[in-house]
Amino acid sequence: MTALREDLETIRWTPVCSYTDLLPERGACALVGDRQIALFRAFDGSLFAIGNLDPFSGAHVLSRGIVGTRSAEPVVASPMHKQVFSLVTGVCLDDPAVAVPTYPIRVTGTTVEVGSR
Amino acid sequence: MSRLVVVGHGPTSHRLIEALVAKGFAGGITVLGEEPRPAYDRVALTSYLAGTSIEDLTYPTPEGVVLRLSSRVVRIDRKAREVTTADGHREPYDVLVLATGSSPFVPPVPGRELDGCFVYRTIDDLDAIRQAASGATSGVVIGGGLLGLEAADALRGLGLATHVVEMGGWLMPRQVDEGGGAVLRGHVEALGLSVHTEAGAKEIVAGPDGRVAGLVKPDGETVEAQIVVFSAGVRPRDELARQAGLDVGGRGGIVVDDGMRTGDPAIYAVGECALHEGMVYGLAGPCFTMAEVAADRIMGGEAVFTRADLSTKLKLLGVEVAQFGAMEGALDVTFMDPVGGVYQKLFVSDDARTLLGGICVGDATPYNTLKPFVGRDLPASPGELLFTGGPANMEVPDDAQVCSCNNVTKGQVCEAIAEHGLTDVPGIKACTRAGTTCGSCVPTLKQILVSSGVEVSKALCEHFAYSRAELFDIVRVRGITTFSSLIAGHGTGRGCDVCKPVVASILASLGNGHILDGEQAALQDTNDHFLANIQRNGTYSVVPRIPGGEITPESLIAIGEVARDFGLYTKITGGQRIDLFGARVEQLPLIWRRLVDTGFESGHAYGKALRTVKSCVGSTWCRYGVQDAVGMAIALELRYRGLRSPHKLKSAVSGCARECAEARGKDFGVIATEKGWNLYVGGNGGFTPRHADLFASDLSTEELVRVIDRFLMFYIRTADRLQRTSAWLEAQGLAYVKEVVLDDSLGICADLEAQMERHVAGYADEWRATIDDPEKLRRFVSFVNAPGTPDPSIAFETERDQVKPILIPLEVVRS
Repeated sequence: MTALREDLETIRWTPVCSYTDLLPERGACALVGDRQIALFRAFDGSLFAIGNLDPFSGAHVLSRGIVGTRSAEPVVASPMHKQVFSLVTGVCLDDPAVAVPTYPIRVTGTTVEVGSR
Repeated sequence: MSRLVVVGHGPTSHRLIEALVAKGFAGGITVLGEEPRPAYDRVALTSYLAGTSIEDLTYPTPEGVVLRLSSRVVRIDRKAREVTTADGHREPYDVLVLATGSSPFVPPVPGRELDGCFVYRTIDDLDAIRQAASGATSGVVIGGGLLGLEAADALRGLGLATHVVEMGGWLMPRQVDEGGGAVLRGHVEALGLSVHTEAGAKEIVAGPDGRVAGLVKPDGETVEAQIVVFSAGVRPRDELARQAGLDVGGRGGIVVDDGMRTGDPAIYAVGECALHEGMVYGLAGPCFTMAEVAADRIMGGEAVFTRADLSTKLKLLGVEVAQFGAMEGALDVTFMDPVGGVYQKLFVSDDARTLLGGICVGDATPYNTLKPFVGRDLPASPGELLFTGGPANMEVPDDAQVCSCNNVTKGQVCEAIAEHGLTDVPGIKACTRAGTTCGSCVPTLKQILVSSGVEVSKALCEHFAYSRAELFDIVRVRGITTFSSLIAGHGTGRGCDVCKPVVASILASLGNGHILDGEQAALQDTNDHFLANIQRNGTYSVVPRIPGGEITPESLIAIGEVARDFGLYTKITGGQRIDLFGARVEQLPLIWRRLVDTGFESGHAYGKALRTVKSCVGSTWCRYGVQDAVGMAIALELRYRGLRSPHKLKSAVSGCARECAEARGKDFGVIATEKGWNLYVGGNGGFTPRHADLFASDLSTEELVRVIDRFLMFYIRTADRLQRTSAWLEAQGLAYVKEVVLDDSLGICADLEAQMERHVAGYADEWRATIDDPEKLRRFVSFVNAPGTPDPSIAFETERDQVKPILIPLEVVRS
């Protein structure tokens, strides 16, 4: 618990958009500093944030992939060559040696905020 | 801790240290390289002159390896176990590997030392050739083998009039026979190169400035040239081994055993300098194998190098050349097409049943399909194999490669299926990586699943236990209009990139409004979602509809102005339209506002939908035409535009039997006759080309449209996901589809026609509807928190006066 609290204290939160800017089961991209972060709103309303860079193609496109589930895990498929990434862990489920970064995300009031350490 | 020293730093040396580091070699590794730069890809050397940077060609040096460049080793002291470099540095070793490569052989021709004479092996050689070429007009390459043609390609690329002089009777005598050489010569000469066979160099003569001015052939003729490149073979660099008293072959090469070890147990030799069972290998494949074997032995393993396969397949000057197995046999069968420049020869045993080898020039398909059969019974007669490509269901041997991108054999796929109990293609992909890169082998993977006795699940994906055709019926019969209600009632989970676009397509085929309306928007692939085609750098391309390929000067100018104003790359497509590349997401609505205002509408290049109906100019202008092909093409394109289907649909109309519109390569093709129109269906280009089958003859315009209506709707109802009409037709059978569509054997034709009428009546331009709707426009932003900021990772440079994407080199992503 202590460790968790420390984590929370060191996270810097950046407001990026309002909750309704995000469409259900679709992504959007936010520019935080010089980082491109892909934001997703799942069907049940929960939010996820991962790196927008598709490590297989080198293009910043993951926010434009199709959102769904694989064995109940929320995922996005790269729009380039369809590799599937977990929205929870960032790990590529088709090639577990590859992963994209994940970021903390929360809603304060109606504003979506993305965290960075 | 043991000290490993490698002499030489070329591709083989690099492969060796890479293998050692990967195997966890615990000692120190020092590499002494003669060149001033680390190892680079010598196979791709010629691309350096075409603009590939040294950085792109250079192999990354593994961490922890000490690299000493510009360090030529001049002496090995086997007793003291140390090597000495030209600058006096001494490097002690416990294990020494000689990877000294080879040097170009320069025949003792008078004048070979003149300024303007070069060899072709290193980046320094290429820099020198490039510099000399700036003041030259013509060049000559001595040697018409593989490397000689590479060098000739380089000279040609530098803008020189290029000659190739070959001692033998034809080009590439090691890879092809005389007949193949003649066809290859045709290709090479068509590129403007001059070929001189049965010709050596008698003398190289100097001009008044003392530099090379020409090459005198043995027959006395002088070939004018300011540059001479020697490419007459290579010699193993074995001088160090010689000096150290190690065994070398009579014609050069450091003698090694099956473990790549020389006579001294502490010294190995790998690559082009090594002589194994009397053979020196100059091809990358065997050299890399030697490196792997040596690395394994150094780590205490027992790997063995065996006589290597010398099969080669390469593309030289744009011509495919391949050779596999033996280059002679009791019998041979040749296919030769002098017009197309194709030469293919198979060598077989005296009973014509066992394949011994083959040669290909111009088209190397037999190399891919038949190489696995070398030494085995042929799957069909040699003539059939060469003329028709062989039977469609050739039983491929286990060691045949099915996925060439990831080098996976059929045997590996079968093993994975058995070992992990795989039942579907995604399983094969996950276990073997086959099919994960270009995807063109996926049909083969399915066939292997079927022939392995696995009952292939027809389930679309983990979310639906139904095939696409079954889902289509569920949606149609139950009148379902949303994905949520479909998956709640008939599936599990929340869908994926497989089932969502399928359901989106089904809903669109059945006419459920704009594809970006409401929940449907979330189902669309990125192309449909942004109504444009994603390209490799994340930008999109835009294709306005140009029905039948007919366009007015005003419209052409309008497209040109849009492309110019937005800085887009323009290219004419194969479907008689114009593709505009390099649009960023936030530019798409602005571009389309302009296009819509000048009368254009969506070309659906982004959708699994009707793309284009190509046409020849037809009877209006052409003196052979018998019907108005353009008018018909426009009518068909306007009728079926926007029609969503299991895969893309292409069509064409030709105005006479000469078939200039290539209608028989289309999903539905129309060819004019004196009496009306012939309809062909199931044609395809792509990975598995197929000529369309004649479906009905001499139809009136009205009959033609009715038959196409029925055919398309029947296809849309019953095809699998991403199944083109060609594969669908093969699966259903031409006779059956004719019964259903022409004889109405299922009694559904009225229904099919009515469904098409609803599509035609309900058509609306997707882009016009999008730019008029603020809700739909919301998605076209680069960043949700900075909509005006363009994606900073997208950048362009200029090539041939147009933009091209600057690709950011990928960091290694695998941990």
